[in-house]
Amino acid sequence: MIPLLLIIPLVFALLSVLLPRLPIKAIAIPGLVLQLIASIQLSVHTYKHGASDYALGSWEAPLGIALHANGFTVTLLTLTAFIAIVCAVYALIYLKRYEHEQRYFWPLFWFLLASLNGIWLSGDLFNLYVGLELLTFSAVGMVALTANKASLQAAIRYLFAALLGSLGYLAGVALLYGQYGTLSIQEIALISTSDAPTQVALALMTVGLLMKTAIFPLHYWLPPAHGGALAPVSALLSALVVKASFYILAVLWLQLAPDAISPAAAQVLGALGAGAILWGSWCAFRQPDIKMLVAYSTVAQLGYLMFVFPLSIGTSAAAAELAWQGTVLHLLAHAFAKAAMFLSVGTLVLAIGHQGIKDLAGVSHRVPLALFSFGLSAVSLMGLPPSGGFNAKWLLLQSALSSGQWWWFIFILGGGLLTAAYVFRVFSVSFIEEARHKFAPTHWLLDVSALTLAAAAILLGFVSQWPLTLMELVPGVQS
Amino acid sequence: MTLWLEAFNTDFWYAIVGAVLLVLALGAFITSRQLIKKLLAFNIMGSGVFLIMVGLAQYQHGPDSVPQALVLTGIVVAVAATALALVLIRKFVLKGGQP
Amino acid sequence: MNAWLPVAVLGTSLIASLIIFLVPDAKQRLRSTLNITAALVKIGLVAWMVFGIYQQELFETRFTLVPGIDFVLRADSLSMLFAGLSSVLWLFTTIYAIGYLEGSPHRSRFFGFFSLCVASTMGISLAGNLFTFLIFFEMLTLSTYPLVVHRGTQASLTAGRTYLRYTLGGGAMLLLGVVLLYSYAGPQVGEFAETGTLRAATSLDPRTLAAIFVVLIIGVGVKAAFVPFHGWLPVAMVAPAPVSALLHAVAVVKAGAFGIIRIVYNVYGIEFSAQIGVLLPLGILAAITIIWGSMQALRQMELKKRLAYSTVSQVSYIALGVALFGPIGSIGGLVHLLHQGIMKVTLFFAAGNYAETLGIHRIDELDGVGKRMPGTSLAFTIGALGMIGLPPTAGFISKWYLGIGALEAGMAWALGVLVLSSALNAAYFLPILYRLWFKPVRGAWPDEQIPAARFETDPWLLFPTLATMAFTIAAGLLASHPWSPLTWATLISVREYLP
Repeated sequence: MIPLLLIIPLVFALLSVLLPRLPIKAIAIPGLVLQLIASIQLSVHTYKHGASDYALGSWEAPLGIALHANGFTVTLLTLTAFIAIVCAVYALIYLKRYEHEQRYFWPLFWFLLASLNGIWLSGDLFNLYVGLELLTFSAVGMVALTANKASLQAAIRYLFAALLGSLGYLAGVALLYGQYGTLSIQEIALISTSDAPTQVALALMTVGLLMKTAIFPLHYWLPPAHGGALAPVSALLSALVVKASFYILAVLWLQLAPDAISPAAAQVLGALGAGAILWGSWCAFRQPDIKMLVAYSTVAQLGYLMFVFPLSIGTSAAAAELAWQGTVLHLLAHAFAKAAMFLSVGTLVLAIGHQGIKDLAGVSHRVPLALFSFGLSAVSLMGLPPSGGFNAKWLLLQSALSSGQWWWFIFILGGGLLTAAYVFRVFSVSFIEEARHKFAPTHWLLDVSALTLAAAAILLGFVSQWPLTLMELVPGVQS
Repeated sequence: MTLWLEAFNTDFWYAIVGAVLLVLALGAFITSRQLIKKLLAFNIMGSGVFLIMVGLAQYQHGPDSVPQALVLTGIVVAVAATALALVLIRKFVLKGGQP
Repeated sequence: MNAWLPVAVLGTSLIASLIIFLVPDAKQRLRSTLNITAALVKIGLVAWMVFGIYQQELFETRFTLVPGIDFVLRADSLSMLFAGLSSVLWLFTTIYAIGYLEGSPHRSRFFGFFSLCVASTMGISLAGNLFTFLIFFEMLTLSTYPLVVHRGTQASLTAGRTYLRYTLGGGAMLLLGVVLLYSYAGPQVGEFAETGTLRAATSLDPRTLAAIFVVLIIGVGVKAAFVPFHGWLPVAMVAPAPVSALLHAVAVVKAGAFGIIRIVYNVYGIEFSAQIGVLLPLGILAAITIIWGSMQALRQMELKKRLAYSTVSQVSYIALGVALFGPIGSIGGLVHLLHQGIMKVTLFFAAGNYAETLGIHRIDELDGVGKRMPGTSLAFTIGALGMIGLPPTAGFISKWYLGIGALEAGMAWALGVLVLSSALNAAYFLPILYRLWFKPVRGAWPDEQIPAARFETDPWLLFPTLATMAFTIAAGLLASHPWSPLTWATLISVREYLP
């Protein structure tokens, strides 16, 4: 089961490179369905039998590639497969007007999925590095798809930031290997100490990963890249790609070497998260362009993920568990909601032909479904009930209280209000009667795919127990 | 004093040189505004990291094939990254961007 | 079946809302049929539950949302009080809105959110714990915003912004309070129970609990339009008349008042609240709001604004009744939840009729309208007399019980507040009545839209107004009837004060 999740996207990536254009599109959805089925099966297997390992080609680590599936990874695999399938449906329609770009979109899309799955499944530090690099290449390629000056500049900026981040990470890997003589996360976790080389290694890796996750103040590359890309690309990037480096960061801090981390360092990461919420929201509030608004919203929302560190390091087991659950829910809810938001904004922009927020006058009547999806995803991003975002916020708030760190409380609660401030700018304009532009009709499948993801973000508020039950099967992280 | 000198065997020197390269190139990467210079700095940084990787591991655990294999992979990745960056920069300049 | 009934009550509005969103704007008949059918089905289901509760049946739906926290819908006698009010008034407001919005654009959007708003109100009434209450409380904010800005004019967009600032701020306060309470005292205290859940928790620090109480009350107090959190209410008057009626009588301010009742009776418990000394401050806050609201109403020359400030004042009667420690005061507060709803909705319907039919918005334009629109004016008169508290209207019953309750609780000053407020009510309502009936017509109406034919105005507008007027009188005249609001409120109050 486990290798299938790498084989499927890689095979389809190769097919997409080799086959002529028409079949590429035809095979995309069946391939994604296969991948979704495989992820769900692996989830069920993990649910029944617990975490499992697999050595690719029977080559044992360190030379071979060791794969590891636990509750967290199968959740992320399923999330990836689900969001990918919806984005692919959207892309099939949306990219019709981008003949040239389409040729490159599908191979990149499949490579992106392969590297994401590789990262979720990887059990050793070096494979994570390779996964991160492949992810960067496909993501940068997707940003550069339209190949105009602005998107190329965004892509180059993104590439350089990501490469710098990867090198930081790789330097840390070198130090850790020098120290412990192994690359397996599970093995290092057993023997890791809090000596200076380990701490230096972790510091290097952390800075590198923060760069890749676009955590304030290292977020400068994200808004142009995510805001300038084509709608389905932006959705994939904001929903999944930035989460990959966060996932590695969380594994390092909470699983690999928890002893080497001081609570003070965790507070610093929390502070960066708080800064991200404030700065990202402020910038989103100031943007005249709706896609940039959504991109800055990603900067702000990623800040919440950082709270897991101060809330779970050096605190009680109960607080740590709440923080971890809240963070996982936030990651899922944000993935659904942000993907839905980028897709619905894509439809709105398509219908109006302009990207300014002021141009949105009158959309509530003329493009109601896209606006509705935008609204539903905004509910989750604001952390209002009923939604996955609300449950996440609730758990984080409880964790902040039970660990006695009331200062995070302010940012978690205030962040929701700041989000409201910038998303209601959009609603407010949409209710104006007189439209500024003519409205072009859009394909109904565009609306349906955005709505599916937005509904998922809301429904997550009712079925939060599912991912959290899977989460209890993660060895090491769970108390 | 002798202990110090003993510690400085060849492998350790590799690691030290790698670290120095890394720091110098990082400085160049951050300060230079030209894209090609940045790319070169990135490549030198990569070499620095590879030196650390091989040198440090061999210094602490003796001859070891794993880091060699890793560095090989790392070089492939770095070459791919450089190629991608070159393509992007070339297109960017063709569209009228500042190199 | 009993587990599904609360879900079904919620579902009728939710599903109606989703379908209505998809109905094309032009299909007036289909949409109206859907609206009215859903409203009737809901009344039927609520009646079924009320009947079941009389026979001591239990209606509860429960499932776990996040670890340790359940989503609970439960029908108890208090929730039926609010659900009954909302479902009945929803029917009339829907009929009224159909008439009011005829021919205007974006009706599907309007009625979709309208139904969503009622679904949230139903959720608030049926919520079985504070967490579930919070969910629907926030949902109400979101579903009313599109109604407030419905017209899409600059004024309504500004009003929408103000509305959001207040209500989202209040929502954040409530969230803060609920998280504090759950973390401090454990999630089990959030479950609504008769005589409260905190009474048994003797190990907790009363000061901390009192502080949390303050946070919670501020959270719900924004929607209940407590001074100084009332600023959104007069501004939100730019919305269409049925929305004002709904906001004032059924949904938003009532959700706030209902939240106060839930927190005091079912979480803290009235005796425990009295013990930790939070009732007196609550009473004083209510008293200030009552007087302040009335004084402001007196200064308004726009009819809807005057009614809005009147709401600010009248809703706090409910909080005052809750704050009076004693069963009779509680009856007064609880029954006013219903009575104020019926009377206020009548007044807003009448104001809407004046505006729609004759283009009248200001009080000085009302001279002699009584002859042109006798039905509407009669309804307005009855509603206004009810607000002043004259027999035999519903308002008299509320004030009577509140007054006796004040004396019983040994809070004579509260009686003074009631008397003063009634005098102020008279001062701002009687001149209107005088203009309606005794002043001669000044000339042409400002903007006559609907000419007098068989009826003085559109029957879709007139009949709901007359129906709610009839309720206002019936609730007063038949107060001792076993199915009256008063009997129901008495039942709740007696159970709350049971040792």
